[in-house]
Amino acid sequence: MGVAVRLSDISKKFGSFSANSNISLAVDEGTIHALVGENGAGKSTLTKIIYGMHQPTSGEMQIKGKTVRFTSPREAIKAGIGMVHQHFMLVPELSVAENIILGNEQCGLFRPLPMKKCSALILKDADAYGLAVDPEALVASLSIGEQQRVEILKLLFRHAAIMIFDEPTAVLTPAETERLFATLRSLRDKGKTIILITHKLDEVLAVADTVSVMRKGEIVGTMPASTATKSELAQLMVGRSILLRVTNPLPSPGDIILSINHLGFCRANSEERVHDLSLNIRAGEIYGIAGVEGNGQSELLQVLWGLAPAGSVISGEALLKGKSLIGKKPADIAFMGVSHIPEDRLRHAVIGDYTVSENLLFGRHREHSFHQGIGFNTHALDRYAESMISDYAISCSSPAHQPLSTLSGGNQQKVVLARELNRPAISLLILAQPTRGVDIGAIETIHNKIIEARTSGVAVLLVSSELEEIIALSTRIGCIYKGSIRHEFTLEEVVHKREAPHAFQKEIGLHIT
Amino acid sequence: MNNYPAMSRKSVRFLIPILSILTAFAVSALIIFTAGRDPVMIFQKMFRATFGSSYGAGQVVFRMTTLVLAGLAVAIPFKVRLFNIGAEGQLQMGAFAAAMTGAMLPACIPSSAAIFLCIMSAMMAGACWALVAGVLKVRFGVNEVIATIMLNFIAQGITGYLLTYHFALPSTVHTAPIIASAIIPAFDTVTGWFAKSPANLSTLLAAGVALLFQIILFKSRFGYEMRAAGLQPEAARYGGINAGMHTLIAMAVGGAAAGLGAANIVLGYKHYYEAGMTGGVGFAGIAVALLAGAHPLWIMLSALFFGVLEYGGLTVNAYIPKDIFMIIEAITIILVIAFSALGRRLQQQ
Repeated sequence: MGVAVRLSDISKKFGSFSANSNISLAVDEGTIHALVGENGAGKSTLTKIIYGMHQPTSGEMQIKGKTVRFTSPREAIKAGIGMVHQHFMLVPELSVAENIILGNEQCGLFRPLPMKKCSALILKDADAYGLAVDPEALVASLSIGEQQRVEILKLLFRHAAIMIFDEPTAVLTPAETERLFATLRSLRDKGKTIILITHKLDEVLAVADTVSVMRKGEIVGTMPASTATKSELAQLMVGRSILLRVTNPLPSPGDIILSINHLGFCRANSEERVHDLSLNIRAGEIYGIAGVEGNGQSELLQVLWGLAPAGSVISGEALLKGKSLIGKKPADIAFMGVSHIPEDRLRHAVIGDYTVSENLLFGRHREHSFHQGIGFNTHALDRYAESMISDYAISCSSPAHQPLSTLSGGNQQKVVLARELNRPAISLLILAQPTRGVDIGAIETIHNKIIEARTSGVAVLLVSSELEEIIALSTRIGCIYKGSIRHEFTLEEVVHKREAPHAFQKEIGLHIT
Repeated sequence: MNNYPAMSRKSVRFLIPILSILTAFAVSALIIFTAGRDPVMIFQKMFRATFGSSYGAGQVVFRMTTLVLAGLAVAIPFKVRLFNIGAEGQLQMGAFAAAMTGAMLPACIPSSAAIFLCIMSAMMAGACWALVAGVLKVRFGVNEVIATIMLNFIAQGITGYLLTYHFALPSTVHTAPIIASAIIPAFDTVTGWFAKSPANLSTLLAAGVALLFQIILFKSRFGYEMRAAGLQPEAARYGGINAGMHTLIAMAVGGAAAGLGAANIVLGYKHYYEAGMTGGVGFAGIAVALLAGAHPLWIMLSALFFGVLEYGGLTVNAYIPKDIFMIIEAITIILVIAFSALGRRLQQQ
C-alpha cells in the first residue's frame, strides 16, 4: 500500500501566531488515520491545508506521490480529496440527489439535469456502502445522521479517494455513531483513505488504524491504534511539560459559599446536558472542574450566570450563601458578589471599541462609587484605572483614550481579571479557561492573582480543560463527565498527588473520558 | 502618548463626509454642465438665494430643523444596530396628533400649556408608532426594516382615512387650524430674524434635543449601556445589560424625535394637518443620519447641508431642474457609505 497523503515540514502562521509548526505526517492508503488533540491544537488548520482552504506558509504536500499546492478546495476535490464538515454544507430546500450533484451536474449549463442517470449512480453508491437514503427526499426532512450520509454520498459521487471527517460524531446519537463507524470501515475496506478528526478518545480506539496526537500546533506522537491506550493518548494530548510554578500555600477553607444540589439542565430540544450535578465550594478554596469540553461545563456556567437560553429546563438548586441563583439576571448575580470571567472573553467580557477605562468599568458600571450625576466620576474612574494598570502590570499608554482592541490578548485578559477580582464584596469567582490564548508571562500574573483572591477568602470555581492548570491551582478537583461530577478528589488527595503530577494527570484522565 | 491608530481613525471619520460632499458637487457640476448651464453660475445663484437673504436663510433653517429631528429619529436606533426606515410614518402620526390636539384644545388655554400639550402629543404619537416596530422586533424577531416600512404605509393609510372621511374641512385637504395659542412663534415675530420665513422657535428645541442626545449617549451611564448593547450585544448580556429594553427605548426615543420634527411643521408653519405635508422628510432623515455617522452634533451640520440643497434647489429651478439636487444628495450618501467601507479596508491593511 502506498502513502495517500504525505506532509513534510508543513507550517501555517496567522500573523505572528503559529497554528501549525513543522508538521510531517504520512497517511497510508486504505487506512483510517485519526488526528486527535484539544480544541486549538491545530487539527482544523491542518485539514484545511490538505483540503486547499488554507495555503501553508512553508512545507510540502504530496498526494499519492505527486507534489501538489492547492490554492482552492476545487483543486483538492479534483485531486480526489473530499471533506465532510462538522456543519454540513447542504441546501435544505433541494432534494438529496440535487444536493449530491451540485457543482458536478454532468451536463451543460442550460441543459436539463440528467436526474435519472444521477439517481441511479447515487443508489449504486448507497447500496455498495450501506448508506440507505431516498434521492428524491428533501434534505430539510432528513435527520442529522441521514444528512451526514448525504455528505458522504456527495464525496463518493465525486470519486473522492481521500475523505476527511471533521468531528463527525459531535452531532450524532450513539446509535448513529455506531452506524457511521460501520460505514467508515466499509469505505476503508474498499480502499478509501480516511482522515478522522476528533477529540473523543474512545472513538479513536474503536475505529482508527493509526492515531496522531496534536498539541499546540505540533504532532507530538503517531502510533498504531491497536497499541495505544486511552490514558497514554490523554497524556499526550494534554502535554507532559512541567507544571507551572505557582506557590500554592495550604488553604484554610471557611463556610460554604456556593452549593449546587442535583442540578439538571435540558436544552430546548430536550437534550440533557447537565445531570444530577452536586458540589459545594467553601470560602478560601478553589474548586477545579476537570473535563473534556462539551461535557456540560458551558451549561453549568450559563446557569450560574443567569444566561440559560430561552426554553431550557433547569432542575435542582444552585445556592449562593443560601440564596438561589437560578432565575436571576446577570446584573443581580453580580450584585450578590459574584464575578464571572467567561471563556470567550473577546466576545463576552469586553467591548473592543470602548477605551481601556471604560472596559475596566464594564459590568461594574452600576456601582455607586463610580457615579456622578447622570454619568461617571471621571476622577474616581481614572484613579481606579491607574491602580488596576499598575497592580496587574497592564501595558497601555493612556487608559482613558486608548481603545481596548489595541491591547494584546494577554493584556485584555488582565483587564478583565483586574475588573472582576476587584468587585467589592466579592465572594465567588467563576473562571472559565482563564489562561486560554494567553502568553506565558501573563499566565503567571493571572495564576498568582487567582491564588491571592483565594487566600483572601474568595470561593473560586475554576473550569479548565488544561489539567496542569487544574492541578496547580485547585484545592479540590471534580471530574465532570456527561454532565455530572463523576469523581471528586479531596483536599488531602490533591495536596498529596500534586507531588507526582504526571501520574495525577493520568488518573484524572481516566475519570473524564 | 497617542501612538495608537485611534487618532487616524478619528480623522478618517471626519474626512469621509467632506470628501463625499466635494465629490458629489464635482459630479453635479458635470451634470449641470452637460445640461448646458454654467455650474458656477448655478451654485452662485443658489448660495445667494439661501445665505444671501434673510428669507432664504429662514427657509433653510426651517427645513434644517425638521431634518435634524428626522436625522435623530434614525440615528438613535442606529446606535443599537436598528435601521429605522419609519421616520416618515412617525412624522405623519406626530403631525396628525399635533394638529388634532391643537384644534381640539379650548381656545382659552395659556400658550405655554397649549404648545406643551401639542408637542407632547406629537412626540407620544411618534414614539408609540416606532414602538410598534420595537415590540415586533423584541417579542417576535420581526426585522425592523421591514416592520418600519410597512408601518409607513399603515400610517399613511390611517392619516389619509381620518383626514378624508372625518377631519378635513369641507372642500379642502386639511384639518381645522389649531388654536392661536398653540402656535409656536416664528423668529420673525419674536426677534425679527428671517423675515416672513417659516423658521420658528422649534429650531432651538431641535438644537437642545441634539445636544441632550449627545450628552446622554456619550456622558451618561444610560448611553454607556446603550452603546455597549449596540457594539457587542452578547458582551452586553454578560455584563448584565438588558439589550431588549435598549432596543425599545431607542425606537421610542427616535419616534419621539420624529414627532417633534412634525411639530415644527404643524405648530410652527402650517398650523393644520394637510395630506402629504411631511413630503418624504423622514426618508431624508436617513441620509442626514448616515452623512453624520449617526452622531447627534454632526447631524446639525449634516441637516444644514441637506436643508441648503433642498431649498437651494427650489430657488434655481428656473435654470436647472431641482432634480439635480436630489442627485447630489443621493450621490453624497452613496459616497459616504462607499468611502467608509474603503476607509475600514485601508485601516485593516
